[in-house]
Amino acid sequence: MRTAAAILRKDLVLELRTLETVPSMALLSVVTFVIFHFALNRNSLSGQVAAGVFTVTLLFAALLAVNRLFVAEREQGGFDAFLLAPVDRTAMLVAKASALLIFMMVLEVIAVPAFALLLAPPRIGHSLPALMLILLLADIAFAVIGTFVSAIAINTRARDLIGPMIGLPLLLPALIATARGIGPLLSPHATGSPPAKWLAVLALYDLLNALLAYGLFDFLVED
Amino acid sequence: MEIPSATQATDAPVVRLDGLTRHFGERTVLRGITLDVTAGQTLAVLGRNGAGKSTLLRILATLLRPHEGAVKLFGEPLPREGWKVRGRVGLLGHEPLLYRDLTGRENLVYHARLHRVVPGRVDELLDTVGMRERAEDPVRSLSRGMVQRLTIARAVLHAPELLLLDEPRSNLDPAAGELVEPLIGRAAGVTRVLTSHDPQAALAEADLVLALAGGRAAYVGPPSGLDSDTLRGLYA
Repeated sequence: MRTAAAILRKDLVLELRTLETVPSMALLSVVTFVIFHFALNRNSLSGQVAAGVFTVTLLFAALLAVNRLFVAEREQGGFDAFLLAPVDRTAMLVAKASALLIFMMVLEVIAVPAFALLLAPPRIGHSLPALMLILLLADIAFAVIGTFVSAIAINTRARDLIGPMIGLPLLLPALIATARGIGPLLSPHATGSPPAKWLAVLALYDLLNALLAYGLFDFLVED
Repeated sequence: MEIPSATQATDAPVVRLDGLTRHFGERTVLRGITLDVTAGQTLAVLGRNGAGKSTLLRILATLLRPHEGAVKLFGEPLPREGWKVRGRVGLLGHEPLLYRDLTGRENLVYHARLHRVVPGRVDELLDTVGMRERAEDPVRSLSRGMVQRLTIARAVLHAPELLLLDEPRSNLDPAAGELVEPLIGRAAGVTRVLTSHDPQAALAEADLVLALAGGRAAYVGPPSGLDSDTLRGLYA
C-alpha cells in the first residue's frame, strides 16, 4: 500500500501542476450538456432519457482520462522506473485506479450541478444521495476497467483508438446498470431510493473486474 | 561450456550469461552471448550504434526478457527470479526516468519511496552531485548536464551492488564528471557493466570487455587482449 500511495501522490501532484486531465474532462461534460440543452431545445429531461444523456456524457469525459492515465509513465520512463523497483506490480494498478476514481469524483462535483442546471428535472435534489451511491459504484467500474484498458493501450501505437475500442465493450454492463439505476431517480415521481437490483449488478461487476485486473495486470506491465 | 572471465572467479558471479539471445521481431539483436562478471569487476560493452549494448543492459536490469539462453544475476535466474534482485541493480540508461514536471527533489523522493530508502539519502545525494541549489526546480527547466547528475543520483539512490551504466558521462562537463565519480566510477566499489562512445575511456576502466558486432560477441576477455585492429573493426 505504501508503494501505491507513493505513486498516487505523485500522480495527483502531476495533475495539480499540469492540469492536463480533469479540466478537459469537466469542460467536455459541461459543453456536452450545453449542446444537449440547445440541440434538444429542452430545459429539463426526465427518466431514462435524462439518465442516458448524463451517463454517456460522463463516460466520454472519463475516456479522456483513460487515454492519458499512463502517458507520463510511457513518455517519461515512469514504467521502467517502477519495474526497476523491488515492489509488487499491482501497486501500479491500485494507484492508477485510485487516481482515475478521484478524477471521476472531481468531474462529478462539476458535472452534476451543470446537469442539474441545464437538463435535470426539478426534483433532483432529494434523489442526490442515491445518485451519489450509484455514481460511486459506476466510478469504481470505470476506474478499474479504465486502468486495465489504458495499460493495454499505452503499449500500442494507436492508443487513442485502442482505449475506447476495448474499453467501451468492457464498460457496457456497467453503463447499462448505471443508466438503468439512475433513470428512476430522475423520473418526475422519483422516491429517492436507489434501485437495489442495479446497485447489486454494479457492485458485482466492480468486484469481478477488480479480481480480473488484479490477476492479469502483471502480464501487461512486464516485457 | 567454458565461460570466459578476466580474472579467476572465487565467488559466484554477479552476472552470468550463457548463450543469451534476444530478438526484436525478426531481428536478432543479441546472439549467444556467454560470459561471467564477478563481484567488483567492471565489464565494458563496446560496439557501434545498434550493436545491442543497451538491449543487454535492459535485460540485466530485468526490463527485457532473454529469448534464449540463461541469464543469472547474483545466482538468481532471470526473468523468473527477477523480483529477488531488482533492489540490488541500478540502471543509468539513455532515458533519465525522471518526471519533467516534478522537481529534482520530488523525483528522488518518489524513487526513494519505491526503493524504501530513507529520505535523508536524497539530500546526501543532491549534495554529492551538486544539485542542492536547483533541487526545487522542475526537471524540465534543467540543463542536460543537470538532468544527467540527477539521473545518476536516481540510479544509485538505493546503493545498488550492480550498476548498469549506458553512456554514464554523456552531457557531463569535466567538473560534473569529477562530482559523480565516487558514485559511478571505480571508486564506488561495486560491480559495473558500462557502455561508452569513447572506447579508450571504457577500456581504461574495464576488467573485462565484451565487444559486440552484429549481435555476436566479437571479443570477450581482458582489455589487454583486445588488439587495435579488432577495436577499429568494431566501429568501422
